[in-house]
Amino acid sequence: MATVNDVVIKIATVNGTGSASANGLLMKSIFRMGVPVVGKNYFPSNIQGLPTWYEIRVTGDGYQCRSNRVDLMIAMNAQTYARDLADVAPGGWLVYDSTWPRSKLLDREDVTVLGIPLSKMCNEQFDGARARILMKNIGYVGAVAALLDIDLDIITELLSETFASKPQMIDSNMDAIRLGYDYAAENFVCPLPAKVERCDKTKGHIIIDGNTAAGLGCMYAGATVGAWYPITPSTSLMDSFRSFCSKYRIDEETGKRTYCIIQAEDELAAIGMVLGAGWNGARSFTPTSGPGISLMSEFLGYAYYAELPAVVFNVQRTGPSTGMPTRTQQADILSCAYASHGDTKHVLMFPSDPAECFAMAQQAFDLTERLQTPVMVLSDLDIGMNDWMVPDFDFDESGIPDRGKVLSAEDVENMEKFYRYLDVDGDGIPYRTLPGTHPKGSFFTRGSGHTKYGEYTEDAEEYQEVIDRLLVKWETARTIVPEPEIQYSKFNKAAILSVGSSNGACKEALDRLNAQKISLNYCRVRAFPFADSVKEFIGQHEVVYIVEQNRDAQLRTLLMLDCEADPAILQPLLHYNGMPLNAGFVVKRILEERSRGQAA
Amino acid sequence: MSYISKPKITHPGLPKNTLGLTARDYEGAVSTLCAGCGHDSVTAAIIQAVFELNIEPHMLAKMSGIGCSSKTPAYFVSESHGFNSVHGRMPSVTTGASAANRTLTYIGMSGDGDSLSIGVGQFVHAIRRNLNMCYIIENNGVYGLTKGQFSASADIGTKPKKGLPNQQEPIDPVSTALSLGATYIARSFSGDKEQLVPLIQGALLHDGFSLVDVISPCVTFNDHEGSTKSYAHTRQFYHHVVDADYVPPAEEIQTQYDKGSAMQVELHDGSKIVLRKIDNEYDPTSRAAAFKYLRERFNAGEIITGLLYIDDSRKEMHDLMGNIETPLSEYPLEKLHPGKDELKKILARYR
Repeated sequence: MATVNDVVIKIATVNGTGSASANGLLMKSIFRMGVPVVGKNYFPSNIQGLPTWYEIRVTGDGYQCRSNRVDLMIAMNAQTYARDLADVAPGGWLVYDSTWPRSKLLDREDVTVLGIPLSKMCNEQFDGARARILMKNIGYVGAVAALLDIDLDIITELLSETFASKPQMIDSNMDAIRLGYDYAAENFVCPLPAKVERCDKTKGHIIIDGNTAAGLGCMYAGATVGAWYPITPSTSLMDSFRSFCSKYRIDEETGKRTYCIIQAEDELAAIGMVLGAGWNGARSFTPTSGPGISLMSEFLGYAYYAELPAVVFNVQRTGPSTGMPTRTQQADILSCAYASHGDTKHVLMFPSDPAECFAMAQQAFDLTERLQTPVMVLSDLDIGMNDWMVPDFDFDESGIPDRGKVLSAEDVENMEKFYRYLDVDGDGIPYRTLPGTHPKGSFFTRGSGHTKYGEYTEDAEEYQEVIDRLLVKWETARTIVPEPEIQYSKFNKAAILSVGSSNGACKEALDRLNAQKISLNYCRVRAFPFADSVKEFIGQHEVVYIVEQNRDAQLRTLLMLDCEADPAILQPLLHYNGMPLNAGFVVKRILEERSRGQAA
Repeated sequence: MSYISKPKITHPGLPKNTLGLTARDYEGAVSTLCAGCGHDSVTAAIIQAVFELNIEPHMLAKMSGIGCSSKTPAYFVSESHGFNSVHGRMPSVTTGASAANRTLTYIGMSGDGDSLSIGVGQFVHAIRRNLNMCYIIENNGVYGLTKGQFSASADIGTKPKKGLPNQQEPIDPVSTALSLGATYIARSFSGDKEQLVPLIQGALLHDGFSLVDVISPCVTFNDHEGSTKSYAHTRQFYHHVVDADYVPPAEEIQTQYDKGSAMQVELHDGSKIVLRKIDNEYDPTSRAAAFKYLRERFNAGEIITGLLYIDDSRKEMHDLMGNIETPLSEYPLEKLHPGKDELKKILARYR
């Protein structure tokens, strides 16, 4: 069937061979043609030699999730050939390197197999083993350009930008593009029936991953202290922050840094540093992933009770334990919400894409300083490390960051006496002073029992008074965290409720179901504690499908706990194999649930 | 108990420092430690050291972990902010606090359990970073709050009140710090205030990581016969090797020192530390020599005290990174981002 701007390309290679830049080039060239794209990287927890895949979904409709279909497979890895061939949708195509003969090439009649002697051509054209491997990757980009009708001028333009400082690289890369392009054009009917056509749907958009966006957001938020311990898939967040700071955070007068990044010895230390810095008045943060949260838990409870600001980015990966570190999941919702011992709960934020990573990075610092409690931003590997097409970020220069209730030296001077944990305003948020401000503002920060005056106590009533006041603060948090995204269709008693990176698949599923005359309402929670509107939304429905990426329905549990939602209404719809959620799965499961409901 | 505030008795005759404060102004809440606890003597030494250094109380930050030693920040300088953190994690909190504001003076109170067992990772990495702080270990060889278990600093053969003697190698904070490249390493005894006060003063003023390991006997669980961390044992076997005298800025050195045995170290505020070598063979600026000497004397059962090593040539954490002098916490937020127009330029890279 002929299609325009609706094709999924999957590229199978071996990791460590430099295919990432070729895949990026391919994706960006389609984006520059004005056609929306989704990029997903499926990579092993390995440095070199294991299979890796990159998937580019060309979606003229601008959907944000992966498709569970492959139309054009670029099977460059002999090791995975059989499985790659099996992955192709009926009627699809497969390109392989025909330099070496392969047995069992054609065990599927419904797939067109196209052989291109990429290695042979590159070996003849280029010198040196490394160059030959790299250029073979660029060669398949050329072949795909011919097969899908991608504009060669755009590819030239992109290469010129990439190699602005090494012009000789532009020519050699274009030579490799030509090798693939010309071979395909001469030997096959190009373009294929599934092709790419220029349109105007990417204007005002960028392609970026969530970790880069979050790092940029932290820089714009005025974060000055970042402490971290390397862990996949969060590492690139600090890389991003560091790279932006090295350019924009050098004090003009002194030439010295206005940021301090510390690679900690472990996550126990990383969160300790963040708390020390926050206590001392700096905007501080740490990026981590599930195992890091486990290690930070003791300190997170301390920060909750001693009322310290901290921003923690949890770029979630597949657990439990080491799990699958290069696969995605939303399985730390409960462990973050209740991280630590004792009566502890934490404010969570749930970005759904890199644009929200940028925005929420800034909101998180405002919230943590306003609330004097840790704020955890729960991204995941899919958002953090994959390339997303999102609207341009905006930054409000006139917006004044919220530094919360911090008393100045003058404030303290004019007070009779300062008490750290008094609820002066009735919102559960006490005033704090920063060390170095004023001798009258001193107080003792401790994780042991304390009175509302900040003094040590083991007295039952004095202890409980403070613990109860923290609940008042929790209710204040509920009113200032980001509201959910809610959309109503025609009058309906059924809805989908989702979170984070599940959003894209749910939105597409809503459209697909709508085309089948099934219209559902939609709610995407953006923060915990849940705003009252979440509770209201659930209350308006007879069934709410809770779509999330973990085995144990953690979001559903949290809704039951925090909104006292009726479990009978909340139908779990769970995807947890480590692959990003796709719309087809959501549609299929909802249809199954509906037919089961009707049968009953 | 620490929530009982100490009555402040001012005496018109009390000496004042240059800030017009008396030593009383540097006191804290009443100690809740056992009567006779070595830690209380250390607290007194800190009060004297800080008072004499004319440190503004609010410019001092008192950091600690968990344990008897970590309770002590409540007992000195009540007008300083204190951060009594979680067990073994004082170094990381201090690192972050320093990252945010390098202009405060940081004193970290820890113990042998807090620093050499649960917190040994953070202890060694704070040294590696050359974090600018005064790190005091009140070393008594036992866990007090949990009633007398051996800590990692317990010597081989030392006897508990009940049970069998320790057979495991002790972790010695001084030689550990020396091997890790700490730039100011001292050891003293809680019962020797005369030696201890100037060692703490030097540690507070030194630019970089300063360790003061103080043998501070636990009267309740480790002060019996057969214990190598008792008052009696320490008094019998400890030796001064290098003593330190603190000389305030712009003051002449009054004391007459023996030629060849005195060594002067200039501190960043213009004050000086004069090292008095009791053993002329000892070279407190040579890491290798110090290590050898310490090991030999340790094997002979001696407890070597004094300012055992100093290196004032190495940069502390912020200078190693090239960080601005202004506290990051005070740097105006609006100057920390390049603005809306620059954001547009940044985004152009992602098209």
